[in-house]
Amino acid sequence: MKILVCISNVPDTTTKITFTGDNTEFNTAGVQYIVNPYDEIALSRAIELCEGGKGTVTVINVGEAATEPTIRKALAIGADDAVRVNAAPRDAYFVANQIAAYAKSNDFDMILCGRESIDYNGSQVAAMVGELLDIPSISIIKKLDYDGNTATIEREIEGGKEVVSVSGKFVASCAEGTAEAKIPNMRGIMSARTKPLQVVDAVAVEEVGKITKFETPAPRGAVKLIPAESAEQLIDLLHSEAKVI
Amino acid sequence: MSVLVYVEQVEGKFKKSVYEAVSYAKAIADQQGTSLTAISIGNVAESELNELGKYGASKVLKVETDQLQNFVNQAYAAVIAEAATKEGANIVVLSNSFSGKGLAPRIAVKLKAGLIDGAVELPTNEGGFSVKKTAFSGKAFAITTLTSANKVIALNPNSFGVKENATTATIEAFSPEVKSTDLAAIVKEIVRATNKVSLPDAELVVSGGRGLKGPENWGMVEELADLLGAATACSKPVSDADWRPHSEHVGQTGIAISPNLYIAIGISGAIQHLAGVSSSKVIVVINKDPEAPFFKVADYGIVGDAFEVVPKIISALKAHKG
Ligand SMILES: Cc1cc2nc3c(=O)[nH]c(=O)nc-3n(C[C@H](O)[C@H](O)[C@H](O)COP(=O)(O)OP(=O)(O)OC[C@H]3O[C@@H](n4cnc5c(N)ncnc54)[C@H](O)[C@@H]3O)c2cc1C
Ligand SMILES: Nc1ncnc2c1ncn2[C@@H]1O[C@H](COP(=O)(O)O)[C@@H](O)[C@H]1O
Repeated sequence: MKILVCISNVPDTTTKITFTGDNTEFNTAGVQYIVNPYDEIALSRAIELCEGGKGTVTVINVGEAATEPTIRKALAIGADDAVRVNAAPRDAYFVANQIAAYAKSNDFDMILCGRESIDYNGSQVAAMVGELLDIPSISIIKKLDYDGNTATIEREIEGGKEVVSVSGKFVASCAEGTAEAKIPNMRGIMSARTKPLQVVDAVAVEEVGKITKFETPAPRGAVKLIPAESAEQLIDLLHSEAKVI
Repeated sequence: MSVLVYVEQVEGKFKKSVYEAVSYAKAIADQQGTSLTAISIGNVAESELNELGKYGASKVLKVETDQLQNFVNQAYAAVIAEAATKEGANIVVLSNSFSGKGLAPRIAVKLKAGLIDGAVELPTNEGGFSVKKTAFSGKAFAITTLTSANKVIALNPNSFGVKENATTATIEAFSPEVKSTDLAAIVKEIVRATNKVSLPDAELVVSGGRGLKGPENWGMVEELADLLGAATACSKPVSDADWRPHSEHVGQTGIAISPNLYIAIGISGAIQHLAGVSSSKVIVVINKDPEAPFFKVADYGIVGDAFEVVPKIISALKAHKG
C-alpha cells in the first residue's frame, strides 16, 4: 500500500496575525512555522495504516526551500520519504494541480490531506485533487479504516455523521478523530535527517484569482461586567440591550 | 447569463442556511443585472421548492434521479457544473456547509472557476470581482479577487442573513446522465441527531471548558442550551478528554463559528480558542478568574463560579420565558 500525505507549512497557532505593505502581505517577521495540525492527524493515520510493513507513506509539500524543516518534522513523525514541489503555494488551485500532477506519475492507493490549512482555511485542496484525478474525494472525515482495497470512512455532517465506503483510489481530508497526532521520538528525529527528500519542479497553472488585501476584525468595545450575585440580569441585557434572545 | 445557487436538502427540507445562500445569490444576481436559478438534488416536495421563490429564485431545477438520492460530491458536482453550463451561469453559489466544502472545489475545477470559500460579504467590483472571506481561523479576513470568467462562492452560515425577495419560482425537472464512475463512493449509513441544534449554523451557542471539571457537569450547559434553542460547543481539551464529542470542539483546530450569541463557561480564552469564535456577534464570558483573557473580547462578563452563576441564569431564563 502506498499513501501520499499532503502537508502544508503554516504559522504556529499562537501567532498574532499582522500584515505589512498597506495590509497586502502577511507579516512573517518572527513567525514560527509548523506542520498544519490537521495534516499531522492525516499523517498519523497514514502511519498507523502502514504499520507492520503494510505500506509506505510519502509526504508532499508545495513550497520553497524554507519549508524543509516542516517536511523533516513530518519525516521525524514517521513518513518514509518526502517530495517538495519547488514553488510558492500561490493558492489552493495551484497546490492541487501540483499534487495531482505528482500523483499521476506516481501510483498511490490513497491521498490524505488535512481538513483545512489553518492559514487560508480553504478546505479546497483535497476535493480539487480528487476532481483533477477524477477519483472520489471525501471531505472532513473523522474515521478511516482500510482493508487493502476498500476504505470505510466516517465523514462529518451537520449534527451527525455519514458512513461512506470507497473501493479503489480516493482522496480524503482528515479532521480530529481520524487519529491522535503522533509526536516524533528521538529515533524519528535522528532518522529524519537521512530519509529521502526529493525536490521536483512545479507545473504551470493558470491564475484564477488572488488575495489583494487583508483586514483584521474590528476591536470590540469594553466588556460590561455583571456582578455574580445578580447574574440573572444577563438574560434581561441579552433580551433588551443586545437583542439576541 | 445568470447566477446558479445549489440548495442542499436534508431529508427533503431546506435549512435556514439554504435560504441565506439563496438570499445572497439573489443579491449577486441583482448586482449583475441577471436572474437567479436554484438547483435542488434529491426528493423535495413541490411546496418546499416553491419556498425558494420567496428569497428570489425565479427558476428551480429539480433533479430527482434515483442514483442521486444520497449526497456523493463527485456526482453532485458533475450535475451542478452541467446545470451551470446549460443555464449560462458564470457564478455558482452554495453554502459553506460540510457537504458544501466537499462540493465547491470540484465544481470550481470542472468550470475552471476561481473559488471563494467562507465568503462573509457580497462581492464588490474593487479590482474586478472581490469577495471578503475569513482567513487565519477568524483572526483576519482576506479580500480575494477572482480573475477567472467563472466563479464559485461558498457562503459562511450566519454571515449574510435571510432576506425575503418575493418572486415566483418556476420548477423545471432536470435529469442529467450520471456516470457510474462518479458514484464510486457509496453512502452506507447516515446518523443524525434530530433533537439537537447543529453547531456550524447555530444562531446561539453555549460552550463549556475545562472549568466545568468533568462531563458529569454538562447538565446545566445542556439545560441552558435547550432553553435558549442553542447548540452546545466546547474547548479542545474538553473534547480531547472525551468529555464531549469532537464535533463540538470550536477554535482554530475545530469548527469556526459566528453565531449571534456565544456563551463561554469556564473557558480561559486561549488564542486558539478565540480564533474560532471571535466573530460571534455577542460574547458572554463566565469565568471565576477576573484575569482570564476571554474577558478582553467579551461584551458581557460575569466573574464568578459557574456552578453558582449558571443556575441563576437558568432560573432567570425560565422566568423570562414565563
Ligand atoms: C496546535 C494547538 C491548537 C489548538 N486548538 C484549539 C482549538 O481549536 N480550540 C480550543 O479551545 N483550544 C485549542 N488549543 C488549546 C488552547 O491553547 C487552550 O489550551 C484551551 O483552549 C484551553 O481550554 P479551556 O479554556 O477549556 O481550559 P483552561 O485553559 O484550563 O481554562 C479553564 C478556565 O476555567 C476557569 N474556571 C475554573 N473553574 C471555574 C469555575 N468553577 N467557574 C468558572 N470558571 C472556572 C478558569 O479560570 C480557566 O480560565 C490548541 C492548542 C494548540 C497547541
Ligand atoms: N502547500 C501545500 N503543500 C501540500 N499540501 C497542501 C498545501 N496546502 C494545503 N495542502 C493540503 O491541503 C489541505 C487543505 O488545505 P486548504 O485547501 O488550503 O485549506 C491541507 O490540510 C494539506 O493537507
